[in-house]
Amino acid sequence: MAVVTAPAAPVEPVAPVGHTDGLVVAPPSIVDPAYQGLWSWLTTVDHKRIGILYGISAATFFVIGGLEALVIRLQLWEPNNTWVSAQMFNSLFTMHATTMIFLAIMPMGLLFFNYLIPLMIGARDVAFPRLNAFSYWTFIMGGILLNLSFLLGGAPDAGWFGYANLTTRTYSPGPGIDFWMIGLQVLGVASLAGALNFFVTIVNMRAPGMGFMRLPIFVWMSLITMILLLLAFPSITVGLILLMFDRFFETNFYSVPHGGDPVLWQHLFWVFGHPEVYILILPAMGIVSEIIPVFSRKPLFGYAVMVYSGIAIGFLAFGVWAHHMFAVGLGPIADAVFASSTMLIAVPTGVKIFNWIATMVHGSVSFKTPMLFAVGFISMFIIGGLSGIMHASPPADLIQHDTYFIVAHIHYVLIGGSIYALMAGVYYWFPKMSGRMMNETLGQWNFWLFTIFFNLTFMPMHWTGLLGMPRRVYTYDADLGVTLLNKASTIGAIGLGVAVLLFLINVIVSLRQGEIASADPWDGATLEWSLPSPPPAYNFAQIPTVHSRDAWWGMKHPERLHLDPIEPASPVGAAPAHATEQAHEVVPTARAGAQAAVIHMPSPSFWPLVVSVGLLITACGVLFVDLLGSVALPIFLVIGLMVMIGGIFGWSYEPA
Amino acid sequence: MTQALPVLVEAAPPPTSPPSEPLVLEHAHPSIGGLDNRKVLMWAFLGSDCMFFGTLIATYMVYKNRSIDGPLPREIFDIPYTSVSAFVLLLSSLTMVLALSSLQRGEERRMRVWLIATALLGTVFLGGQFYEFTTFYHEGLTLSRNLFGSTFFTLTGFHGTHVAIGVFWLLALAAHSFRGRLHREHSLLLEIAGLYWHFVDIVWILIFTLVYLIPD
Repeated sequence: MAVVTAPAAPVEPVAPVGHTDGLVVAPPSIVDPAYQGLWSWLTTVDHKRIGILYGISAATFFVIGGLEALVIRLQLWEPNNTWVSAQMFNSLFTMHATTMIFLAIMPMGLLFFNYLIPLMIGARDVAFPRLNAFSYWTFIMGGILLNLSFLLGGAPDAGWFGYANLTTRTYSPGPGIDFWMIGLQVLGVASLAGALNFFVTIVNMRAPGMGFMRLPIFVWMSLITMILLLLAFPSITVGLILLMFDRFFETNFYSVPHGGDPVLWQHLFWVFGHPEVYILILPAMGIVSEIIPVFSRKPLFGYAVMVYSGIAIGFLAFGVWAHHMFAVGLGPIADAVFASSTMLIAVPTGVKIFNWIATMVHGSVSFKTPMLFAVGFISMFIIGGLSGIMHASPPADLIQHDTYFIVAHIHYVLIGGSIYALMAGVYYWFPKMSGRMMNETLGQWNFWLFTIFFNLTFMPMHWTGLLGMPRRVYTYDADLGVTLLNKASTIGAIGLGVAVLLFLINVIVSLRQGEIASADPWDGATLEWSLPSPPPAYNFAQIPTVHSRDAWWGMKHPERLHLDPIEPASPVGAAPAHATEQAHEVVPTARAGAQAAVIHMPSPSFWPLVVSVGLLITACGVLFVDLLGSVALPIFLVIGLMVMIGGIFGWSYEPA
Repeated sequence: MTQALPVLVEAAPPPTSPPSEPLVLEHAHPSIGGLDNRKVLMWAFLGSDCMFFGTLIATYMVYKNRSIDGPLPREIFDIPYTSVSAFVLLLSSLTMVLALSSLQRGEERRMRVWLIATALLGTVFLGGQFYEFTTFYHEGLTLSRNLFGSTFFTLTGFHGTHVAIGVFWLLALAAHSFRGRLHREHSLLLEIAGLYWHFVDIVWILIFTLVYLIPD
């Protein structure tokens, strides 16, 4: 058990009511120099460090996925191009999508879950810090497995949704699909562990007074995301297990000659796959819902309705999966039901959009970079949402299915939606995480370049698709009349790469020489701004007591607590009494002579890493059968399982 | 070796008066919901596991009666035999409850008896499943023989794996108790294992009904 000593809390017994010092007295983070270096990062269980690890890894994979996209776009620069072979092209679009979804956007969300959820709910860490480290390392192992395939016999090439029976041994004899399905299962383990951890953290670790209807909206959207992860991932896990059995043990799940039905895979995949897109977008919506009120100087419009519409989106997410399968021919009744439920999901989404707009109306809006990206999110996401409603209608979908129109849609919701919001989040919380502001001029350039080139890349794809260019084909004919549109998209993609590069440069430059950030540079409303930038390892020297929604705003302006009309738990007069009482709790300790309060934080641990490595070795056993012969399987399995079991024992017997 | 890396943030100034008990602020402050973190974790995991078995059971149901060739369920199922084995597993839920209630009353010897009985009943169930699988194999039903074989062995195999993990867990708790480390105040540990165990039993009731009892 690592012991952190912080000076005892408020030594001013008569701290003015609502005075910020009365609540948070943590000193700036002066980390012991011995606890730096590589080893400290390998063994860390601090949610903030794990969050940063997620951010760095996600950015790395984002660059890899982006380079794959650039190769795809360069190949499509002119008709009948043969720069990239058809086979390589298949691998590229498969790995581009798999990387971006599972290794870039989801872990970028985990940067914010990890860093912010404990800070926003007033906790010292997540509920299970070592499990958190395990999630991260397992995610890294999954990412390594997926990308190893490029070096070891060919990358997966069946598309990111790997439709059966293209993925069976008969049609995909190489090891690419093996890497894909094992890699995704390892990533599934990481996601499940992470989702369990954050679910418990949000439900159980909230500071006193932080009722559910006082949770920051980002935490609410995260909670819904965790529930979606918990309930949606088992479906793809089963789908992948059945695929694995088909490939390794010759079962018949997707084998048509034996009565198996490839459509089963489509159901299992999309029962996961559609909630998955809300897993990607709900955290983004949460981030934007935090940023817009702060830069409009107004509380979020319709907080409760925002929560309910988030819940509605999460609920409906499980009832729309077959709209990905209209072209399968499920019959008119199934098509009609799934078309209606899909259109229904536009309602809560629309409610959210109007609430964001209403938050800005009559506000004093300042368009700093985070706000620009947040507003960019709203406008780009509307475009993606509208094309989404178009293919909610089966007749329209049959025309658009498997064309570049769908590619345009998915990029407007995943870049225009998720990436915009994640970038807004980085610009917004970077001062908190690093102690320095990001460069505003570079930020403005970043936003406008990104927006112009993003639209130049993907807007033409609507026409490319409607003119009949199918997606996932490595080239096209000059007669199709889409050459110019493709050239525009390729130029846009290069520009988009430059904009992302500018973003990375901004991060690096700002880390070194950015303006030093104060604790609360944006005059924020949530509890993380009550802490120094960056926060100390233990976050809160004293767990805060929450009296209102927008907790930190309420603490800064106790006279305006009536801003919380729904739960007037602490009337204007009561808050002072409570704050004073809190101060009294601590003062006697200070007087008694114990100058320092001892905070017990979980010790660093390398067991999570050991278990993840064991998992990687076990998975390699399955994968290397093709490369090293069947001897490899038992050797790797035994070693891997031994490492895993040893790691679990070490973990269990280590004092927490 | 991990203990060698304390996160000493700031040295405490030397106390001016004799140090009293320092104010200890635990990392895990009392949960706002009143439930232990580990218990909420187990419930959430079981929710996820519901979807896991739900998907496997749905796969079985979708592929029911769609095998191209035999052996088919009605040809090889031995309902009375599997009923006994199902009864054994259900009985283990009873002994699990008795073990937990013994520990909550502080009767550790009795708890160990019931705990080991639970693990034994689980083992008997697993033995029964092993025998059943072997019999089916000799009658020609394999994982790759037909759709029935693929879905049946996958579904019941994953259930059996869950039972096996449960047996190891119970035995680990029993070993803990024999070493004098599982007392009344730790009954939550047993309760969480019990939640898992009951869940696995309930899943078997579903599988037994849907796979064995409802005719083709």
